Formats: sequence, structure tokens, C-alpha cells
Amino acid sequence: MMSGMSCGTTYIMNNQQNIHGNHAAVVVEKPRVALLVTCLVDLFRPAVGFAAVILLEEAGYKVEVPEQSCCGQPNYNNGDRAGARAMALQLIDIFQAYDYVVVPSGSCAGMLRIHYPALFELGSKSREQADDLADRTHELTSFLHDIAGVTEVQAQLFAKVTYHDGCAGLREMRVRDQPRALLATVGGLELAELSEPEVCCGFGGTFCVKYPDISGRIIEKKIADIRSTGADYVLAGDLGCLLTIGGKLHRDGSMITACHVAEVLAGMTGAETDADD
Amino acid sequence: MQTTSRQFRQLAGQALTDETLRAALHDVERVMPVIRQAAFDQLEDPETMFDRASAIRDRTLAELDVYLEAFEQKVEQLGGQVHWAADGTEACEIVADICESAGASNVTKSKSMVTEEIELNAFLQSRDMTVVETDLGEYIIQLRGERPSHILAPSLHVTLGQVAETFHQHHELQRDAPLREPAEILCEARAVLRDIFMSADVGITGANFLVAETGGVVIVTNEGNADLTASLPDTHIVVTGIEKVVPTLEDVGLLLRLLARSAIGQRLSNYTTLIHGPRRAEDSSGPSNFHVVLLDNGRSDMLGTQFQEMLRCIRCSACINHCPVYTAVGGHAYGSVYSGPMGAVLTPGLAGLDAAAHLPNASTFCGRCEEVCPVRIPLPKMLRFWREREFERHMTPRAARYGLRWWVRLNASTRIYRCLLGIAARLLRALSSGGWVTRLPGPGRAWTRHRDLPAPAAQSFQQQWRRARSRPGNRR
Repeated sequence: MMSGMSCGTTYIMNNQQNIHGNHAAVVVEKPRVALLVTCLVDLFRPAVGFAAVILLEEAGYKVEVPEQSCCGQPNYNNGDRAGARAMALQLIDIFQAYDYVVVPSGSCAGMLRIHYPALFELGSKSREQADDLADRTHELTSFLHDIAGVTEVQAQLFAKVTYHDGCAGLREMRVRDQPRALLATVGGLELAELSEPEVCCGFGGTFCVKYPDISGRIIEKKIADIRSTGADYVLAGDLGCLLTIGGKLHRDGSMITACHVAEVLAGMTGAETDADD
Repeated sequence: MQTTSRQFRQLAGQALTDETLRAALHDVERVMPVIRQAAFDQLEDPETMFDRASAIRDRTLAELDVYLEAFEQKVEQLGGQVHWAADGTEACEIVADICESAGASNVTKSKSMVTEEIELNAFLQSRDMTVVETDLGEYIIQLRGERPSHILAPSLHVTLGQVAETFHQHHELQRDAPLREPAEILCEARAVLRDIFMSADVGITGANFLVAETGGVVIVTNEGNADLTASLPDTHIVVTGIEKVVPTLEDVGLLLRLLARSAIGQRLSNYTTLIHGPRRAEDSSGPSNFHVVLLDNGRSDMLGTQFQEMLRCIRCSACINHCPVYTAVGGHAYGSVYSGPMGAVLTPGLAGLDAAAHLPNASTFCGRCEEVCPVRIPLPKMLRFWREREFERHMTPRAARYGLRWWVRLNASTRIYRCLLGIAARLLRALSSGGWVTRLPGPGRAWTRHRDLPAPAAQSFQQQWRRARSRPGNRR
């Protein structure tokens, strides 16, 4: 199965010493990353996808976006295992040929990494393929930090921000320190932590429409926590959380902006020039 | 097991407007995670303890019959009697028969969720016995005619003022001034309960653990009421679930350390009592009759199924205290004596999926419950298993079922998916003004009830990407 850097397009890297000590063109294989866009980014916030592409390309990867569909999470979490399985098989097929699959969402990444293998019987061919895809799948910020070895970004955002840990990213994908480490290198950015960054925002996929009032109460508390930090921006790594948080902030008439962490890291918030004021 | 879980939506709706409850739940979510974390921070390696604890529970469940029979044998050797109850009614009858043969009219009881599960109080009262709860929280809700709203803190939803009011209503107070301070209220309860303890004919307790190795019954409380309940009357009846057995005393040691820390951030509960059979010839006091009623009530049906791991539960309530849904609506909304994530998994197992209705869906799948569970019960996974059964049995609401089925079909081709996204974008944009949708029709109404929705981009990411890439000279 494909893994590591064994495949990919070949390109020429100049000005690098080869093993003979000469400055000459060396043939290096650039690993291929497929971006799993996610339905919500695709539909509501394409900028997050472009931000992810910029960050991945800057980190030295060849980024591709194969034609794709939903990962099947709504079906999986609502008990439709057969439906989820069909959708998983489709994505397994789509993402077969890439070294890595990177996702700007903890929950969709968790679906591929944790739950796809659980959909198929141990020892089956599909399980083998699901395990292989799981091994190659990463959430964006943890991929940049842990796999790509990115230690700093060039972006600037002269603002106070706070960060909400999406539940699946935090608990399924172990994403906590990576986005914070990268955000710490954004020029002018001040991070004010929430008092309860690890508490759910109330989105919960279809939960928010199944039990809107309970979801409404949970988001109300999250907003109070966000407000108490005095931040201008609230960041997260999952668009589900951000739609809930941003949607509630807008309903309340708040001036706080909800942004995906990738947009900030790629300098795509549209407010980077504040420092010139 | 009686439930009102089918009314979850309405009950939750009522709970959300209850400001008193909101304050109480705010205290839970604010305080409990902090004190729990502080208690575990004192330990060198809690994760390994969790591993060991879940291994103990798994080992027990793998040979539950063997350990239960060993326990029974030991109890009989000690001079006690073990009774097996297949369901709640059977358990109630066994207990009532023991009480009647002891000629009992006054029964005391310490807090036990199993006796709540089988509604033992009502049954004994129907047989003309007086039953008094001796745990302060249980006593309060008994006077108020309510059900517990939390497995550990049953009167969590009752304020101090309401407790005082309840006592003024039900007690013949020896004082003129109204009860105000917690200490005064406590003294009042203690004074009343003291006489009740002394005059009880039978004492009923639950059990936190049963020790197969010794025939011991472990009971932990913070009030010491279980000790008085168990030791003052001449007959002591333990009513508990079959899954409470553990192999050895050493196993109990580890589980106790985790239980108190997970429950209320204590290193150990104030009272940890180990009871072995009735009084012996050389004992100066203690009950002469000792009975253990072991309740199945659906538990053995969970063995060997996807839900077996739920039987590891030691009822610490950490999952409940950390649940965003529980801390939004409280325990009564669940309509089961077991609430929160553990209740949402256990209730369908004990009462049936029909009777548990909404409960498997009452979760955002945030996963915090699993994270804090000291015996590593994969609660979200099990909620998902219940949802799968609901889906298979067509219990999922029809609209959702069709929606999910269509979602699979529409995703079967990436081209159809792309078209679908395009249509969705156009529709939502048509409904928006100033970049936001503030009111959605149909099922989308649920979203815009409490929040707005940003208007989608004119072109999806995939469209923009492909357009940009297909333009010559515009490749990155």
C-alpha cells in the first residue's frame, strides 16, 4: 500500500547539495497530499480549503483535490452503518493513490482515521484498505506540526484571539498543542484561552437540529466563555463548531469573528494589515 | 423499570426554562471537573489505574456466573442468605417477604440506585410498611415526592431554601425561627432521622461492590447513614445488581480509589464499610439476619453483546458531571433513574429501546464521558450502537431515515454531489440577506431557532479549485 514518500510527482530542486557535495540539480520526490475538503468547507467557506492548500504547499507538498463526496459521518452517527460503509468505500477508492490525506476538520479526519476501520470486519480486504487510509489521514494543523515539521508560519494578525478545541479533533485526533504552537508564531497574535476550551459547543453534527433548544443552551454557555476572554476572534479547527459559534455570535449581534485556524495561519483573515494603522 | 424517556423533548424543554435548575447545573459543570482533575493530579499514573480497573471489570464479566456463585457460597458460609431476582418485581417481592417474616413495619433504607430502579419504596408501602430514606438527598426528595436527578446527588435540583421549606412542611419543628443555614438544616434532618434509625425493624442498603473471594459487601457513603441502616436493625437486606461483584478484596482497593476521585474528587469516601454476613456469636451487636438480593433485570441480556462493557460501570457519575447535555437539562429530563451518558446507554439495555426512546440520541458525541470514565467504557460508541438498532428497527424518525438514505444515493457519484452542493448554495443564497440566513424553512428551522447561518459561497471550493486549475498558466 502507498505510504510514506514512496510515490508522487518528481520535480527538480535546485541549489541543494547532492551526495557528491556538488551544487547541482537533485531529483526529489515531492510527497502527494490529497485534501479532503469536507462538505461544510466546500459549501460554506472555500477560503478554508485554499488556506489549507497554501499551508501544505508552503510545507513542501504537492496538493491535489480529487473529486470527492461526503465522508459519511451523518449516516454513521445516526445509525445507518450500511450507508456509512458505502460512502467510506467511495472515499477509500478516491484517496487510494496519495501519500497523505489531510483534512481541515478534526471530526471528518476522525471519521476516516478512527471510524472507517470500525466499519469493516477484521481481516477483510475493505478493512485492510480502511486501515491503510486511516494511517495516511491527518487533521491539518497536527499534520503541519507533527508530520511536516512546520515550526512557524509567516502570517500576521494583530488581534486578540481565543481558541475552541473541537471535540473530535481533541479526543479522537489528539489535536491540542499543535494549533497553539503554530498560532504562537503568527505575528501580533495574542491568544487568550477560554476557561473551558475542551467543552463542547453544542454542534454535535445532526444533534443541533434534532435538539435545537439543548444545542442552543450549550452554545449560549460557549459564547459567554468566548466573550469573557475579550477576544476579537474565536478560532477552531472544525467548521461545524465555527458555524455554530459564528452563527450564534451573529444572532447576538457580537463583533467577534469566528475563523478557521487555517485561515489565520495562512494569513487569510482579511485583517492582516491592521498593523499598518 | 419505569421510564418517561419518550417525553425527553418536552421534559428537556421544561428543564431549560427552570432557572433554579440552571444554577444547580452550572455548579456541577463549574466545580465537578475541577475537583475531579485535582484529585487525579495527585496520582502518579491514573491512566494505568484506568487500564487495570477496566481489566478487573472485564475479567469479572467474562466469568460473572463463577464469581457470583463463589460470592453466594461465601455469604452462606458466613450465615447469610443470597436471593436471585430475575426482574424488579421479583426483587421487590423477595424483599417484602423478608420484611414481613421479620414482622417489620418500619424500614430504613440507604441510598441505592438499584432500589430506585425497581421502585422498592412504593412496593413496600403497598404492603403496609413505612420506608424512610436515610441519605439526606434521598430523604429530601422522598419528602418532596420526587425522583433522583443524579445518581450520586439525588436532590441536586433542590435548593437550600426549598429544603428548608420542605422540612417546615413535613417536620414538627422544635423551633420558631425558620431554618436557614446548611448546618441548621442538617441538624434538623439528623434529629429526625436518629429516631427513625433507632426504631427500624429492617435496614436496606445497596452495595458498591461484592467481593467474591470473601463474601463481603462494600458500601461507601459520605454521611455514614448506610452504617446505621445496616447495623442497627436486626435484619439487613442488601439489594444490588449482579454486575457489582469483583473477584478479590485487592481489586476493591483499586476501584475504591478511582470511585471517590471520579465521583467527587475525594481520595476516599468518608465511610467505606465492609460487611461480612450477620453478627457472629462473639459480636456484641449487629443484625442477626443478613440477606443479599441479586438483581438481574436485563443485565445478563447485555452480556456477550455490544453492550457488555456498560456493565463495567461503577456508578461514579463522572460521565454525567462532564456531559454538556446533562448539564444543560439535568437528570429528570432523561426520564430514567439513570441519566447522562451512562443512563443513555444503560436505560435501553434495562428497559428496552422503546422505553428509552430519545436517550441514545441525547448526545453530541463530544466524547468527554469516555475520557473521564475510570473503567474506560466507550460510551459514545455504545450510544452509536443503540442508534444503529433504532435505524434497523425503523425507530429513527421517518424524515431522518429518508434523509440519510437519500444522502447516500446523492453521494454515490461525485458529480451528483457537486450538483447538490450547487443547488444548496443557490437556495441558501436566495434566502440570505447581507451574507446571512436568519430564518430557514423546513428542517433548517431548527438551526435558525437559535443562530444564524452564513450564506454559502457563490461557488463551492471544488468548483473554484477546478476552474483555477483548468486555466492555463494559473497553476500553483
